[in-house]
Amino acid sequence: MMEDRIRTTYRKALNMALREAMQRDQRVFLMGEDVGRYGGSFAVSKGLLDEFGEERVRDTPLSESGFVGAGIGAALNGMLPIVEIMTCNFSLLALDQILNNAATLRYMSGGQLSVPLVIRMASGAGLQLAGQHSHSFEGWYANIPGIRVVTPATLEDARGMLWTALMDPDPVIIFENMPLYNLEGELAADAGPVDIDRALVRRSGEEITLVTYGGSLHKTLQAAERLGDEGVSAEVIDLRTLRPLDMATVLSSLEKTHRLVVVDEGWKSGSLAAEVMARVMEQAFYELDAPIERVCSVEVPMPYARHLEQAAIPQVDAICAAALRTVKRHV
Amino acid sequence: MMLSHSERARNLLHGMLRIRRFEEKSAELYSAGKIRGFLHLYVGEEAVATGVMQALRPEDAIFATYREHGHALARGLTAASIMAEMFGKAEGCSRGRGGSMHLFDVASKFYGGSAIVGGGLPLAVGYALAQKMQQRPGLVACFFGEGAIAEGEFHESLNLAALWKVPVLFLCENNYYAMGTALERSEAEVDLVGKAAGYRVQGESVDGMDVLAVLEATQQAVQFVREHNVPYFLEFRTYRFRAHSMFDPELYRSKAEVEQWKQRCPIAGFSACALREGWLTPEAIHVIEDEVAQEIAHAVEFAEAGTWEPTEMLSRDVYTERKGTGTVP
Repeated sequence: MMEDRIRTTYRKALNMALREAMQRDQRVFLMGEDVGRYGGSFAVSKGLLDEFGEERVRDTPLSESGFVGAGIGAALNGMLPIVEIMTCNFSLLALDQILNNAATLRYMSGGQLSVPLVIRMASGAGLQLAGQHSHSFEGWYANIPGIRVVTPATLEDARGMLWTALMDPDPVIIFENMPLYNLEGELAADAGPVDIDRALVRRSGEEITLVTYGGSLHKTLQAAERLGDEGVSAEVIDLRTLRPLDMATVLSSLEKTHRLVVVDEGWKSGSLAAEVMARVMEQAFYELDAPIERVCSVEVPMPYARHLEQAAIPQVDAICAAALRTVKRHV
Repeated sequence: MMLSHSERARNLLHGMLRIRRFEEKSAELYSAGKIRGFLHLYVGEEAVATGVMQALRPEDAIFATYREHGHALARGLTAASIMAEMFGKAEGCSRGRGGSMHLFDVASKFYGGSAIVGGGLPLAVGYALAQKMQQRPGLVACFFGEGAIAEGEFHESLNLAALWKVPVLFLCENNYYAMGTALERSEAEVDLVGKAAGYRVQGESVDGMDVLAVLEATQQAVQFVREHNVPYFLEFRTYRFRAHSMFDPELYRSKAEVEQWKQRCPIAGFSACALREGWLTPEAIHVIEDEVAQEIAHAVEFAEAGTWEPTEMLSRDVYTERKGTGTVP
């Protein structure tokens, strides 16, 4: 019997997840800039105000530090807040609260406090939003002990990661990728929560492992298809959770392919890609048959002009080229 | 329950003396190398924490600053658990993870101990929002110094609290210096109550050297917050008699100014008043001094006898222990 599937988008899947969470648990509420009457700056929370009212779908002033801190305070006191920050660039105004309080209170209090807060923020280039709206800070946040960082890149994860994040007793940051909001596809009608612990093999292959997350997943899958046409069998791993990193899935793939390219929309220096590479060196150096390559963003503030923006971020051509170089190398 | 004048006087003097003696002992132990890191003493400001806490109830929550030994003591944390924390011992109130600036005790709803100036204000607002959403009794008492008023979070938090009508008591301890920067050198407008009014938060200034004035003003403010379920702002004008921290040559204020304020010592002033009014006898004051001395001596013994958390436990409590399949780095 075919399972029931629905046609939907990444944006609608996120909306379904918010609606389900608010229906399931009275402790859940959403707050952020324009989440209510406006319906969300990217329309993710559209319709929720009518269904749940102003108490639980709470518009905030433009006070990122204030309302993120308020989310932490509410989480300390029995609620399960979801705080939306319009773009990850704006989250820097709340970085003090995220790092000095959300990530730190449990440890600093000797384990007495718990901050079950979920922060959603949008990241990623491709919409020509230029130098203050388009960056990818997933890797930065993944540097912080005390928080969990997840990056839904599929409809299933957009639908399923939120509830699991809310049930986590510690703060979780969900990075929604802006260019993916309009991604269309099919989703099981009864899709529900998914784990936020493991990386997943999105495409099986034998000769090279391509590791990525977030907005770069779809480009990496396209690159793998093209590599297949050229006779190179590529495996694609979606990290899904950047902290803690599931290295077991990466290493087990490497035991098969012995070659690795990491694709990461963050800036190259000190990137998440650098972390993955370092861990492979530490944990699986002798599995490697070729040096690891990475495809990252060029180290410039994101430019506005479309051709420049596209040149700044990882693209299918660059991923294929890096993979082919890696495959052709011999030790 | 109404207290008699002598019971109330006893509680207030005991509360202030306990803080004064604890701080004096802390300074001594700092010089002896038993306490390290930053140590910010509350000497001179005892009337504020003591008066405020006696106006609060167990269901109220407290968010404090990094100069918070006095608040923690006044809220009922034992001197022993605080001293052990400052020694870095596992028996400390934050298991040796926080130190002087990060005292926590969830059982008494004491939420720290924050060393980012202004950083605790948004937490207090959110905590109060959760009180309101869950229809729980209890307000939130949020302490901060006048230095915090220069931070954006002060303005964001007062606006949010007034906009959302949540029960926060904003308690500004104005000791006139943000480290070494005098209020009038950092604020174009030094009328702090007026600033709060700009966010439609009512408030008043109180003599922070007079414990009875602090107690009475806080009792009225608490009643206002409970009745109307809205924030209120109190400015306590006070003064720290000692340096900002243990690394402060005090180049920014004159000895004469410090001496002038010391003439208004809240403990000496209240003791004299209590004797004059017949609330306390000299013997009763001796008994209080003895009790306090015993508690402090015991606190030091407790801290000395405490244990060091094994370094194998270093990573405990970064995350809540949970059954997951993930690999934590």
